[in-house]
Amino acid sequence: MNRMLLRIAIAALAMHATLAATAQAATPIELLSRYSAQAGSVPLAERGRALFTARHGREWSCSSCHGDIPTGAGRHASTGKTIAPLAPAFDAERFTDSVRVEKWFRRNCNDVMGRECTTAEKADVIAWLLSLKP
Amino acid sequence: MRRRVKIGTALATVMMVVAPALAIAGEHEGKHGGPVPLPQYSQECGSCHVPFAPRLLPAASWRELMGGLSRHFGTDASLEPATTSAIGAWLEANAGSALRGAAPAENRITRSAWFLHEHREIPSQTWRRPSVERPSNCAACHAGAEKGIFHEHDVRIPR
Repeated sequence: MNRMLLRIAIAALAMHATLAATAQAATPIELLSRYSAQAGSVPLAERGRALFTARHGREWSCSSCHGDIPTGAGRHASTGKTIAPLAPAFDAERFTDSVRVEKWFRRNCNDVMGRECTTAEKADVIAWLLSLKP
Repeated sequence: MRRRVKIGTALATVMMVVAPALAIAGEHEGKHGGPVPLPQYSQECGSCHVPFAPRLLPAASWRELMGGLSRHFGTDASLEPATTSAIGAWLEANAGSALRGAAPAENRITRSAWFLHEHREIPSQTWRRPSVERPSNCAACHAGAEKGIFHEHDVRIPR
């Protein structure tokens, strides 16, 4: 019995440690300023919109899944799964975890552009998304 | 008696805290005989598609899929190495038995012999309905798909 409790406690601790290591709380504004500071340039919402809606010589744009103006639900281009609105004003969970944000930028920029996005590009996109209001 | 109640309360508290941890360890079975869901699996894989029940593919298929996430059916689905191995271990531990058949073509559930057999009466135009669109859209007809429930009498084919 004691041994089982010990195992359970270890598993709970391990899970706690995993969660602590994977979630990095932030606000969209903090992420925007962090990316633009790293890029050393002023973010431009219009440049973000252009990047988001354009195809970059490949099959998909960001809009293919998120919609041209991501204030409403999107739809995954290959699985059809509903995607929550991307603009923070329409979904308060968006851009509040830097680890998640980095993961999705890395994968989705690779799908859309065949490379990772630069910090300047990430800042532009977030600036545009923040400009979308109800 | 009082002592027994105390122990009971303590155990209940412990279980509330650790039930998700047990899920990670994959030690306990869930309500429907399937494994207790791994939170990371539902969160990571379930953000793009139904978190397919692990028993729908053999361990060999899960191993190949988890080893090639950066080219996952045309998209980059790569994860942190630690997350990849945690999910991979859980999928393999709960994978379908070899009796169900060999790894399907491209490791697609929908190409498994048993899948094709179970759906042999579904005409091709039904698959193409806007409400269904593709065979991998399990939840279109199986309301319990997210929980891995596929009983025949629960099937509702949408118009």
